[in-house]
Amino acid sequence: MAPNPSLLNNPALDDWLTFGADETVTVRSGKVDIGQRISTATALLAADELDVDPGRVRVARVETGLSPDEGLTVGSQSMAQTGNAVRQAAATARRHLLARAACVLGVDVATLEVEDGEIRSHATNRRTSYWELAADGPFGIDVDPDAPLKPRTALRHVGTAALARGLEDIVRGRPHFLHDMSLPGMLHARLVRPPHYHALLVGLNEAVVDRLGAEGIEVVRDGSFLAVAAADEYAAVRASGRLGAAASWELGDGIFSGDVYEGLRGNEKVSLPVIDGTPAEAPVAPLEGPPADAAVTLEARYERPYQMHASMGPSTAMATFDDGRLTVVTHSQGIYFLRLALADALGMESEAIHVRHAPGAGCYGHNGADDAAFDAAIVARALPGAPVLLKWSREEEHAWEPYGSCASMDLRASLDGHGRIAAWSHETYSDTYSMRPHPGPDGTGAARLLSARFLAEPLEPHVPGPALGRHVGIHRNLDPLYDLPEKRLVKHLVRDMPLRVSALRSLGAYANVFAIESFMDELAAKAGSDPVSFRLRHLSDPRGRAVIEAAAERLDPAGTDCPQGRGRGLGFAQYKNSETYAAVIMEVSVGDRGEIRLERCAIAADAGEVVDRAGLAAQLEGGVVQAASWTLHEAVTFDRDGITSRDWDSYPILGFDNVPVFETVLIDPGRAPFLGAGEATAGPAAAAIANAVCAATGLRLRQIPFTPESVRAAALQS
Amino acid sequence: MNAFLLNINGAVRKVEADPAMPLIYVLRNRLGLMGAKLGCGLEQCGACAVIADGERVLSCVRTVSEFEGRAITTIEGLAEEGELNPVQRAFLDAGAAQCGYCTSGMVIALTAYLEAEEHPDRRGALEALEGHLCRCGAHADVLRAVDRLLADGA
Ligand code: FES
Ligand code: FES
Repeated sequence: MAPNPSLLNNPALDDWLTFGADETVTVRSGKVDIGQRISTATALLAADELDVDPGRVRVARVETGLSPDEGLTVGSQSMAQTGNAVRQAAATARRHLLARAACVLGVDVATLEVEDGEIRSHATNRRTSYWELAADGPFGIDVDPDAPLKPRTALRHVGTAALARGLEDIVRGRPHFLHDMSLPGMLHARLVRPPHYHALLVGLNEAVVDRLGAEGIEVVRDGSFLAVAAADEYAAVRASGRLGAAASWELGDGIFSGDVYEGLRGNEKVSLPVIDGTPAEAPVAPLEGPPADAAVTLEARYERPYQMHASMGPSTAMATFDDGRLTVVTHSQGIYFLRLALADALGMESEAIHVRHAPGAGCYGHNGADDAAFDAAIVARALPGAPVLLKWSREEEHAWEPYGSCASMDLRASLDGHGRIAAWSHETYSDTYSMRPHPGPDGTGAARLLSARFLAEPLEPHVPGPALGRHVGIHRNLDPLYDLPEKRLVKHLVRDMPLRVSALRSLGAYANVFAIESFMDELAAKAGSDPVSFRLRHLSDPRGRAVIEAAAERLDPAGTDCPQGRGRGLGFAQYKNSETYAAVIMEVSVGDRGEIRLERCAIAADAGEVVDRAGLAAQLEGGVVQAASWTLHEAVTFDRDGITSRDWDSYPILGFDNVPVFETVLIDPGRAPFLGAGEATAGPAAAAIANAVCAATGLRLRQIPFTPESVRAAALQS
Repeated sequence: MNAFLLNINGAVRKVEADPAMPLIYVLRNRLGLMGAKLGCGLEQCGACAVIADGERVLSCVRTVSEFEGRAITTIEGLAEEGELNPVQRAFLDAGAAQCGYCTSGMVIALTAYLEAEEHPDRRGALEALEGHLCRCGAHADVLRAVDRLLADGA
């Protein structure tokens, strides 16, 4: 197994675990809990490895200077990195403390037993505890990445369905979110955003500014960045409306609002072949004619529009600027990177900035969190001494977050006379997914913060080069897991696309897997085969086969038990070809007006060793629901004058009226590396829906979203 | 600024507020009741729901003046002597939240439904959840909480 970067970068045991005088254990990790329940899972792992009650395990909040720097909480890596690091830290601590206990008690270490932190030996009636021993001072040793773990049979908590940490506060309505923070002397801030990305502030009615000032409302202006701050939140809300009406904007050419799919084809682009999941800096081989043994050749184009994170709570941040030091509280998924980006953007030393995490509304991606942190910092710097809680409005959240990029996929494959795939080509055209404020060598972190472009001294928005890692960005899951004799895979990073984009849950995998798995069904039909056997014929990976078989056992896509008028469809992938294996089978019905109803859904997944059953199932099912929402409903709309998806009416999402009945099977392989699960079902879900609609109606939908209008249009064309 | 007498969670509270102020700002900023969430401010998402005279009401647009004389219950007022109410209990046991931003509104909506309905059923519960959006996709676990509640005859 590859070494765990979290431990390589933060080897010291004391960084991960401390034993408190109040007989608690504090776990520190650098990954933030964004609803994926990483804190629940790490507490279970530490409790079991140490033999203490999970109630004694505290999971510290994540903050710069104190928490290990684990980079970003992204890519479904929380368990593989933090989970593994905390477990090894606990195993190291246990071994170390037991050796000390053996010395103190004068017994052989093999005779020691631990129960809820108390250490006893049958060789003596004396006893000690972790806390007594740890009171001697810090460990001063490194985490041993190979420290032996307790056997799985000795685990009491890992593998169970634990209560989610923090949930009791939430159901009681106790303050839990960053949005709920309240500090003495705090100011509430709201923004006045321009009409669109390219608009500039050219006039502001000073009389209005004066009137606001007379009412005790602060106006902060820096170039085209405009904000208000007031002691009362509602006063700030109203003032932002008044200030907005007092502003005049130079609109320029507006947003390019031609067809985005034409843009993906026609614009300038960087094109790279992808080999074994990794782009090669080499010319792209031309698409040759079908191989000599091709019996059938099939081509299809699949498309996915811009889609948004659309968190339920608008992005927010708290910032205080005091004595040259900046404190920021944020729901960013990367506090250390954010600190560097803020330092660059504000011309400060990063040591003068403290960033800590507090929960925001879920989004599983890069929404406005980092941008709001910068906004709050700009306001706080203008109003030193006062804590500033800045919140975006719903409109701003919808209109200004970085979206998931649109994408277009061209697939072509040939079948030989035995119904086997003889050749495969897949090209994906899309924009970047990596606009989180990574610092980068040239200070590009700052240029990725939204408001940087609007300041009096603006930074041009950063234009990233192609991501070249394995299974990242546009080419995530571009390489299918199937055994294919010949693959031609190409990524096209398209320039000059109209909307601001970044990482949306699963990045390119959603679109690529949607295309691959839809195409597999199209090929299976041509081969006269059923979806399950056709896939199994091309799949030797035993864990992949097992999830497909397990899902099909629950809800057979070819089953004769499928009610009349309904259809079932399968989608499968191993996330990044190295993380969780997931098969999703959806059963749908299609109404007379073209509305797709999700009736039942079977998920089978192998995510490695299961730690928190409930949390894992929630990630898999939640991934299906979110992807079903994207697939059935979502496309960001815009015109020259700006984004027109500005609220939940103009950007509807899936509701409780269309949630399938889930049956979720977790295949637990026993002691095996944790595999990232949070993004594993998104792509399979999209394809499962498309394939199910085809099974129910014969209509092949290739452009997301599958709205009733698009179903009716497809029916008219068929 | 006007003075208002509000009956909240069984106690009468006096607040000073702009009469045009939506109730949620009074709850959160005047009374420190942070349970109701501001999600949209447009009556579109359900995050800000409270119970007024037994009915689920959104608090992000309707003004404080409209609530005078009504019995308001927020999520903070659901537990009795610290005991979670059945809906809260079911949400906790079923793990019916991921980030939890939407949770308060849903707990309120289901509580109002179960208290008003003598013979609650799944369909009615689903209707009660209409207009309650969740982005994390916690729906399946929320519906498991609903099924538990109905099975327990809540
Ligand atoms: S905040 Fe009231 S409905 Fe969204
Ligand atoms: S749990 Fe995050 S919005 Fe519902």
